[in-house]
Amino acid sequence: MSIREFFEMGGYAVYVWGSYGVTAVIMAAEIMALWRRRRTLLHRLGRITRKSAIGMGNETQA
Amino acid sequence: MAINWYKYASPATFYPFAARLIPWFSAAAAVCVVIGLYIGLFVAPTDFQQGEGYRIIFLHVPASWMSMFIYLVMAMYAGLGMVLRTRLSGYMARALAPTGALFTFIALWSGAFWGKPMWGAWWVWDARLTSELILLFLYLGFIALNAAIDDYRRAARAGGLLALVGVVNLPIIYFSVQWWNTLHQGASISLTRAPTMAATMLIGIVIMTLGFWFYTAAVVLARVRCEILERERHSEWVAEALAREPR
Repeated sequence: MSIREFFEMGGYAVYVWGSYGVTAVIMAAEIMALWRRRRTLLHRLGRITRKSAIGMGNETQA
Repeated sequence: MAINWYKYASPATFYPFAARLIPWFSAAAAVCVVIGLYIGLFVAPTDFQQGEGYRIIFLHVPASWMSMFIYLVMAMYAGLGMVLRTRLSGYMARALAPTGALFTFIALWSGAFWGKPMWGAWWVWDARLTSELILLFLYLGFIALNAAIDDYRRAARAGGLLALVGVVNLPIIYFSVQWWNTLHQGASISLTRAPTMAATMLIGIVIMTLGFWFYTAAVVLARVRCEILERERHSEWVAEALAREPR
């Protein structure tokens, strides 16, 4: 089986790669979104904890 | 076996515990998906009726199974949260929903891309397809309901109720191919019958399902850590945990 034949998928290329491609994109996007969510969150929380450490924030009273 | 499960129900204990599990689940997911793709795309023989087009099965069936399985686990956590009032259950239910919705979407999408060449239609209002679409709306409803209610406990109760009521849809999806005369084919794999497919196909599907399972575990644990941080940011243990963690 040649590489070209493999990518042609016996004439079903659009359907097979259309399914696999979209799945790969979705999974990659989910991982990226989570990574960014965590980074933003840590950034925000880092500011808050630093503030409260020097007695500026009211976060510790909660 | 004296494992204190309640210890792990505490967000403060679960937060670092989840962090230790994530790399293992991620690695297992990568290994299983690579092996599953290799079997599905290279080893499994060409189908005598559908040619190479059937290779969508290695995505479609695992994604469909995960869409139903994740919903069941999500509803279980939602119910547990309502009965035992453990905070972590609510966080878990919220963390599971997006990944469940994505797998439902993948099941519908890959189904459309399989249906077009084989049935001649991207979509039909068939019992199996329609009930799977309802599952997607249940996930989206759960996410939207949680996002719309500001009070966290009220959101968890409303979402939990929706998740539990939605469980009736699961047997409808599963048995739809038996109860109604559908275009969608019957179950490819059954516990009571011998499989009607080649062994390599079955192995490929099972390994891909395992890969998706590990992927789900890794992603959901990462998301539940975000949920925990967001909800418990005012508590002392969060400040301590953050101080110990590399940025």
